[in-house]
Amino acid sequence: MSDLKALIEAVIKGDISTATAETQSAVDAGHNAQDILDKGLITAMDEVGERFSKGQIFVPQMLRSAKTMQECMRVLEPFFQEGSITSKGKVIIGTVKGDLHDIGKNLVSMMMEGAGFTMFDLGVDASPERFVQKAQEIEPDIIAMSALLSTTMPSMRQTIEALKEANLRGKIKIMIGGAPVTEKYAREIEADCYAPDAGSAVSKAKDILGIS
Amino acid sequence: MIIVGEKINTSRKSIADAVRKRDSSYIAKVAREQAEAGAHYIDVNAGTFLEQEAECLCWLVETAQRELDMPLCLDSPNPHALSEAIKRHKGEPMINSISLETERFQSLLPVVTSQPCHVVALCMAETSMPTTVEERVQVGSELVNRLTHAGVPLEKIYVDPLVQPVSVDTRMGVATLGAISRIMNNFPGVNTICGLSNVSFGLPERKLINRSFLALCLSHGLSAVILDPTDKRLMSTLLTIEMLLNRDEYCENFITAYQAGSISDR
Repeated sequence: MSDLKALIEAVIKGDISTATAETQSAVDAGHNAQDILDKGLITAMDEVGERFSKGQIFVPQMLRSAKTMQECMRVLEPFFQEGSITSKGKVIIGTVKGDLHDIGKNLVSMMMEGAGFTMFDLGVDASPERFVQKAQEIEPDIIAMSALLSTTMPSMRQTIEALKEANLRGKIKIMIGGAPVTEKYAREIEADCYAPDAGSAVSKAKDILGIS
Repeated sequence: MIIVGEKINTSRKSIADAVRKRDSSYIAKVAREQAEAGAHYIDVNAGTFLEQEAECLCWLVETAQRELDMPLCLDSPNPHALSEAIKRHKGEPMINSISLETERFQSLLPVVTSQPCHVVALCMAETSMPTTVEERVQVGSELVNRLTHAGVPLEKIYVDPLVQPVSVDTRMGVATLGAISRIMNNFPGVNTICGLSNVSFGLPERKLINRSFLALCLSHGLSAVILDPTDKRLMSTLLTIEMLLNRDEYCENFITAYQAGSISDR
């Protein structure tokens, strides 16, 4: 698959026109769409996440790569059968009730999507009931919650309690993050993990699901 | 220019440790060094203590005011913590902050009208964060109108136009700057205030970005700022900009600071 190298490089650079053209030519050359996704786009985004976590690249570069990947997916989508894309897992993500901050949550969502997870974004001000309702509907592997205010953090605990009451907690892993959130708080409310930034959210999500 | 010293915030580890141990001499020292560096208000924030926030904030108020006879900026999104802290405060505090979010507005309005105080009005609407100049001006104006209607004098209102990272959307810097100009023009006598560090989230060399943004905010009319007054380079930049904007007659403040050895370009 050495010929996906140009695609990988273009995604890392965030060069949309080259990346979409490379995606198209990979399709034309007879590559399977799932392979282009896994060995091209996701490989590139894994590298982007790693470089970001190491402080080698910065938020605008990460966003640019994520946007590039999304454009490449548009090229690929017609070649997937309905629902046939192999996903790393289903993830419900949202900023908790009473909290309107969405920047960090959006970064995490974008990077997880880039890593091959299927994201269901509840937006901001998402109540425990909405998390539970969505979880019943789609049976996710992970629920990811964000809070930027110390006053809204308790809603994370309430959401976990609500999931327990709905008998869903055992089937779902919980990941939390946001400026005032800590590893210690994650343990306290019995979340499965705490992710300090968008790059590590991806690796932590893979860890808790036991995938590479 | 009104300066609010930002250092007593429990999101900083040394402050959190001091609050946990009730180390009043450390808090007093951080309060004093900021006052000596030119702060007009000392910000106190105990947000990371969650359920104990109100208790910790009250302790910070008492501790800082035992050291200094000057007003504090009571910093919390939590109406309960603010209403407790304001009772302990001597003089006129700055309340940081009220917003248009219904619950926050309704529970804080009685607090800020119960006694004389200065109020930071954060441009946060009920359902979303504003992104454009237009949205910021709309939310800010609504807050100014409601607060003045409730009896808060215009000159005691500090509209915070909300600073968001340019790393995520490069239009965010100019959105804040545009809102500062418009609000200052629409309501002569009102103040505008902001923190600086959000603007540089996600980018390297954040201090350079923050300092440059301060210059732009001042040139658009910003009248108060939340920063670390013990950052000599930042304070030197502030004095320099004020001089360049014709707010320092005979360049007196700049020269006095230079002669006192407090101007630094490093």
